[in-house]
Amino acid sequence: MLAKLTYLELKLFTREIITPVLVLLLPLALLLGFGYLPGGNKAQQALGGQTTPEYMAALGVGLTLTVLGLSILPATLAGYREKGVLRRMATTPVRPAYLLIAQLLLYVAAAFVSVALMIIAARVLFGTPVPERFPAFVGTVVLGIGALFGIGLVVAAVAPGAKAGNLIGMVLFFPSLFLGGVYIPREQMPSALRAVGDYTPLGATLKTMRDSWMGAEPHLAQLAIMAAYAVAAGLTAARLFRWE
Amino acid sequence: MPVIDVRNLHKRYGAKVAVEDVSFAVEEGEIFGVLGPNGAGKTTTVECVEGLRTPDRGTVSVLGLDPRRDRTELTRRLGVQLQASELPDKMKVGEALELYASFYDRPADPGRLIEELGLADQHDTRFGRLSGGQKQRVSIALALVGDPEVAVLDELTTGLDPQARRDTWRLIEGVRDRGVTIVLVTHFMEEAERLCDRLAVIDAGRVVAVDTPAGLVSRVAPEQRVRFRPSVPLDDHLLKELPEVRNVTKTGGQVVVTGTDGLLQAVTSVLARNHVIAADLRVEQSSLDDAFVALTGRTID
Repeated sequence: MLAKLTYLELKLFTREIITPVLVLLLPLALLLGFGYLPGGNKAQQALGGQTTPEYMAALGVGLTLTVLGLSILPATLAGYREKGVLRRMATTPVRPAYLLIAQLLLYVAAAFVSVALMIIAARVLFGTPVPERFPAFVGTVVLGIGALFGIGLVVAAVAPGAKAGNLIGMVLFFPSLFLGGVYIPREQMPSALRAVGDYTPLGATLKTMRDSWMGAEPHLAQLAIMAAYAVAAGLTAARLFRWE
Repeated sequence: MPVIDVRNLHKRYGAKVAVEDVSFAVEEGEIFGVLGPNGAGKTTTVECVEGLRTPDRGTVSVLGLDPRRDRTELTRRLGVQLQASELPDKMKVGEALELYASFYDRPADPGRLIEELGLADQHDTRFGRLSGGQKQRVSIALALVGDPEVAVLDELTTGLDPQARRDTWRLIEGVRDRGVTIVLVTHFMEEAERLCDRLAVIDAGRVVAVDTPAGLVSRVAPEQRVRFRPSVPLDDHLLKELPEVRNVTKTGGQVVVTGTDGLLQAVTSVLARNHVIAADLRVEQSSLDDAFVALTGRTID
């Protein structure tokens, strides 16, 4: 039943056309676009010593997590509530919580597909080494998913409908990208902005991903803040979530 | 034992009382109507029956179950068609039926339901592309896919065109003939009159009457109504002097005369004597509409 539900949600996800493109192809396009810039495959001072493809690969993963967590997740769930999909399910023997679980399973899977795609594409096309501290890298992705999806669930909990969910998501989305160092690499930010950005959900995720990719020890404080975001947001969403 | 037994149900939202005091019993195999104007508390009442809401006072029993406490068991045996509940726009009709069938241990055959509801051509159509009537039929199909013993259908035909409405009525009769007990929430008189074996008239959170449609109509004073267009202007007094006539009203070129038995005969004789030809002559009996007005003191809309 959960498998069937998740599979159908996957089908619906692919039928949105624009979302799979955004989630899987946009990061790839960024990697290709910036990776082939002249001199990109040399370690860049401005990117904290990373090559452009390695930097872009991590950035692409961060972007995928943010799009899934702050845009698609809240808009879909708030839309399901608005349309009465959750309510209808509440009249069947299956609790609507399963729909939420199916959604999360799907998006976590999509996130990992994107991660794999970025690692493989960077490796094959640019010879970028796979993340050096691999377990730490995976752990970071998991924590980043927890933090960003958690916040998305809070948005889904408070937004009355799909439009509002999308709007609130967007209000969080663009500042997240800015503070997280997607528009300008954090190395080129003023130090005050960087200090803030490093502790935003996306900023912390991106920084720890890049650290572990390069083989540096991830900052414990950043891992802790990601876990804190995940737990706090998860609990808040659980408290506030309305099924109808 | 009745299939559904609601006793002294009371439900409020904050300070607003949605249901003041509602009691009724639904017997096995009947189509039971819950009739009332918008905001009368119909939906809140059936939501308590479905277990979606907890009553503040009173008891509800469905198939001998407590809708809140025995919720899981109830969801297996009670099918629900909610007012204004949609599906994701890109989900296909067939997929939706298959999915919801997978929620039950012994579901109805989704393919056959699709056939029966006249949705065979829409099997691969996405929900967002269906017409209002087709969406409504999908909604009914989902309420029946668990092969329920009881189905609650809320505002089944709201927003449908007259043809789709009639088709839907035929369908519901078919469902009843299969032995499913049906609770039908409606504010359409015609629908209640046509479909329901018995109905509860609800107004302002209270049950005003529970009876068959014919029983309700017979409660109001038998009154006849004659309508026509006179060929030449007509003096009211000619009609008002008749003992059978109670009241005469004129709207536009139309005259409406109400009164007691023998009204038609009396009116037509007077017209003939005065060489007035009555065009578009019609006689109307009391209807459920009239019964509703008599019971609640107002029209349903």
